[in-house]
Amino acid sequence: KLHSRTESSSKAAFLDHSETLWMRMTCKHTNSPVIDAFAVPKWLSMSSGCILALLRWVSSFHGSLFPHLTLSSEDMIAEFSQVLNWSDCVVRAFAWHPHTDKFAVALLDDSIKIYNPKSATTPTLKHRLQRSVAAVQWKPLCASALAVACQNCLLVWHVDPCSLSTRPSSGCAQVLSHPGHSPVTSIAWSPSGSLLLSASPMDSTMMVWDVAAESCVPLQRVGGGGVSFLSWSPDGSHVLASTPSALFRVWETRMWTCERWPCVKGRCQSGCWSPDGSRLLFTVQGEMVIYALTFTDAPGQLSHSGPQAAAVVADLSETTFSTPDGDIVVGGEIQSLVWDPRGERLAVLLKGDPQAADRPAIIAVFKTRANPIFELLPCGFVQGEAGAEPRLMQFHPNFQHGALLTVCWSNGRITHVPFYFVSAGVPHFGLSGSPLLPHPQQRPADFVNQSLFTEFLS
Amino acid sequence: MLPPITLVFVIISKFSFLHPIQTISGHDVKIGIFSFILLCGVILIVGFLHLEYYTVIPTIACSKIALLGQLLHPRHFINSLVHCFMGVIVAWCCAVTMGLRYETLGYPCTESDGHPQMCLNEYHLILLLAGAFVGFSHSLLGVIYNMNYVSFHTVQQYKYLRFKRCLPLVVKCSATQALYSVRNYIVMYLFLGYIPRAWICKTLNLHLDSSVHPLDSIAGLLDLSLLYHLWSSATFLLLTWNITLLLFRIFVTEVYSFPVQSSFTEDSHQCLPKVLTEKQPMILKFLALQDLALLSQHSPSRRCEVFSLSQPGGHPHNWNAISKECLSLLTDLTQRLVAYHDTVATNGRAKSLSSGKDLMSPRPVFLMKTPASVFARSVAGTPQSPLTSLFTPDLDSPFASPALRRLTAPVDQCSPWYGTVQSPHIMRRAPKLWSTSTGEVEFQKSNISFSTHRSSNIQVLSNEVVKNFLAKRVLIMYLFNKLPEASSQALFADSQAHIWALEGLSYLVQASFSEDQFGVVQTTLPSILSCMLVLQEAVDRHFKLPHASSKPVRSTSSMGDSTYKTLRFALRATLKTAIYRITTTFGDHLNAVQISAEHRKRLQQFLEYKE
Repeated sequence: KLHSRTESSSKAAFLDHSETLWMRMTCKHTNSPVIDAFAVPKWLSMSSGCILALLRWVSSFHGSLFPHLTLSSEDMIAEFSQVLNWSDCVVRAFAWHPHTDKFAVALLDDSIKIYNPKSATTPTLKHRLQRSVAAVQWKPLCASALAVACQNCLLVWHVDPCSLSTRPSSGCAQVLSHPGHSPVTSIAWSPSGSLLLSASPMDSTMMVWDVAAESCVPLQRVGGGGVSFLSWSPDGSHVLASTPSALFRVWETRMWTCERWPCVKGRCQSGCWSPDGSRLLFTVQGEMVIYALTFTDAPGQLSHSGPQAAAVVADLSETTFSTPDGDIVVGGEIQSLVWDPRGERLAVLLKGDPQAADRPAIIAVFKTRANPIFELLPCGFVQGEAGAEPRLMQFHPNFQHGALLTVCWSNGRITHVPFYFVSAGVPHFGLSGSPLLPHPQQRPADFVNQSLFTEFLS
Repeated sequence: MLPPITLVFVIISKFSFLHPIQTISGHDVKIGIFSFILLCGVILIVGFLHLEYYTVIPTIACSKIALLGQLLHPRHFINSLVHCFMGVIVAWCCAVTMGLRYETLGYPCTESDGHPQMCLNEYHLILLLAGAFVGFSHSLLGVIYNMNYVSFHTVQQYKYLRFKRCLPLVVKCSATQALYSVRNYIVMYLFLGYIPRAWICKTLNLHLDSSVHPLDSIAGLLDLSLLYHLWSSATFLLLTWNITLLLFRIFVTEVYSFPVQSSFTEDSHQCLPKVLTEKQPMILKFLALQDLALLSQHSPSRRCEVFSLSQPGGHPHNWNAISKECLSLLTDLTQRLVAYHDTVATNGRAKSLSSGKDLMSPRPVFLMKTPASVFARSVAGTPQSPLTSLFTPDLDSPFASPALRRLTAPVDQCSPWYGTVQSPHIMRRAPKLWSTSTGEVEFQKSNISFSTHRSSNIQVLSNEVVKNFLAKRVLIMYLFNKLPEASSQALFADSQAHIWALEGLSYLVQASFSEDQFGVVQTTLPSILSCMLVLQEAVDRHFKLPHASSKPVRSTSSMGDSTYKTLRFALRATLKTAIYRITTTFGDHLNAVQISAEHRKRLQQFLEYKE
């Protein structure tokens, strides 16, 4: 598979050649005297052979430089998705609406369902191009638009919230695609709702879409081999874009310039922003720590002084807890990070070890405090039913009484875990049990449609 | 405007010699320098042409005949001629640079009887003509694809990054366009090549070399190196021009930061509120609106200036001026949409002229601001409604009567829609169209109407008379048929301004929730909300019309900017987002705002996220 840039260069070469080929044929046909010496077919075949060989060499070189380019697109999505074990996960993507109590769930059969507690209908979205959904996200400041990252394109559904139809037609979806930009593994709406970013590990350009006009502006920087994960800061001033190699970038969204952040060990696996956009927490593949970057600039000023180095704020290396059921080892590499919209709780999905029975994937929850100094205090763990491991999690964007963490489990269940606290303080209601022990905290909220899993099986 | 042009200049001049036209070593340095200077001159002229012809509001032809009219417009015709001429110059430079057999127009040769004389070098001629042809077709395509339209970007980037990003596209476009132009040119030369050749021979007293094969035959034209040289020089020509265009666009659309208020009175005309309200250089108004949208999003300090009170007196002049101008822009659009919708709604019923007059009467208030094409179209809309229905294929018998009735109608009946300000060039073009296409009687009649009406819409009149004469022919039917969705595009042609106005207003209102110390925004909040809601309703209604919501075909490989085709969708999305931005910020506080019950109901929908 060629990289996009080499593809475009080969295209330019072919354009040139097709013309000469055509002329050569007509020349031969009419037997007119050929004056120029360089137009002989031998030269043509030799040069094109050379170009092809060169291209192949370049692409193989490129492939060895960025090993992820040799993956199939399914594997690539699984590799770079925020979901743990994406390929066999029943719930492939999940998104809360930023303003109301509804959410969209992408299932293994490539359909998307929208659940709304206020309406009886659950629209199911299906589209010919909607395959291998890697991420979904609702457009902010809009009631209806849902962006879906698919294998070959980007879909933007317009689901009328008042409509009673359970199967919106595929005419409700806008298809956004760009050659070479697939599979799309990450999308991010700007908090103002005007722009949509999309990224593909195959493509070193990041697309900025103007969805209404269906036009895109590619933002390209050399290095990294692609863009695997995007996260827009809640105040809209910065965007985290991690690449498949040991490098990530932080874009500033005023003039779209970027800072390069080379990592030592591996690629940036996940990241999240504090609500005011001043602090970025991220994790690196192969390391068991959480790093923090602090941005001090006020948004809107062109000259800004970013941080010089990332600071380690939490160490999640393996620790053994003794529980009544036996010892449990917790810790290890981090799959994803989410921060609640008030900036008080941080949930960390730990990968665990699929081989060892006593090291399941688990969600660790931290209390966070920004003032006077930034602190992460361990708060507790979230564990599912026996045999179910957490795959994906997200905080409710506007939960009145604290924070509401929604977790999608490997058995297809979706649960909501509420954290009740008064803002600015200690949780006075942290669900019983000592906070440091792994404790099954499962509380399916009443409006979760329980037929979700059975429907999928049928 | 001078710095951009000079920079265009410098960069282009660096470009000219890096281009892979074979610079044969050892050819005359003097001629090389001379051709280089010539090229610079050409670039300069092209730059000036762009400066002269660029627009931020595209002109959209609603039918084929209008497009034809645009092409034959004296302004564009001159443009084409100049392009043609410059094409010749560039081709000459290419010829000189390439040297060899292309270098001169004449060369000494000997007749069969041994008599020496000057012969015509057809290779040189064919190259020059190719330059002229490519230049001409470039300017024609420019008119058809609205290449003079300058669009603004949603994403701000630095200039060199933007240039770098666009450069491969420009090269690709130039190469393909050159390929097509050369193909067309060769076909044309094959059939018509003898005409310029004979003419040149005659005027310059050159002879044709009988020993050399003439080039306007299939065998002569299938010379591979000739084709290659034609193509490469055409590519070179288009590349330099397109890069000039690209740089021009980038420099013109660069964000300019206007001061919100100035402490010196002599600078006050440069301040944002002042520039916003001015109409004339459209680009300035657009830049000011863009700046407004950006400042409202990104810079708290400048927002603070907007919300501040004037020092003696304590009036929020800045905010008042800005909000007033934005609201008037939005109201304009609403009225335009409503009027258009009414026109379309009544179209099928063959409205009588008198009711058409009533409908049009409120219009001249805002017609001044609407772009020429829109009001030519919208003015044409109502009175023409019987006519357009007339020219649908099923009825063609009584085709003469309504138009004649129109022409002889009393003045007062026509005046409301004729009392619009038309650009003078349309008037200038009028006599030509009349004399060529219509008979004597009609000409006089039109002259009467011409003098009685203050400034008449000639395009409408001429179209009618042409229609009267040629209505039955199929070709004419084809020409007069409305292009689908073009009218909708034309209606939203300047919507970029409205989008910025919406963004600026909504961001300012959002920021006012926490930043507005004196409550200056609160006083205008009801009018902002109702204005947006009314516009929302109008836009919703417009999108229910046929063709309004159909997506245009995307053209990727051309230098023309087709952003204007999707502006209406962008406007709809921005409008919704803007209302949501206000409702999410204020939440239930909006219940305290005084607006009409109908609007409150509508607003409630937004508060519940049901739109």
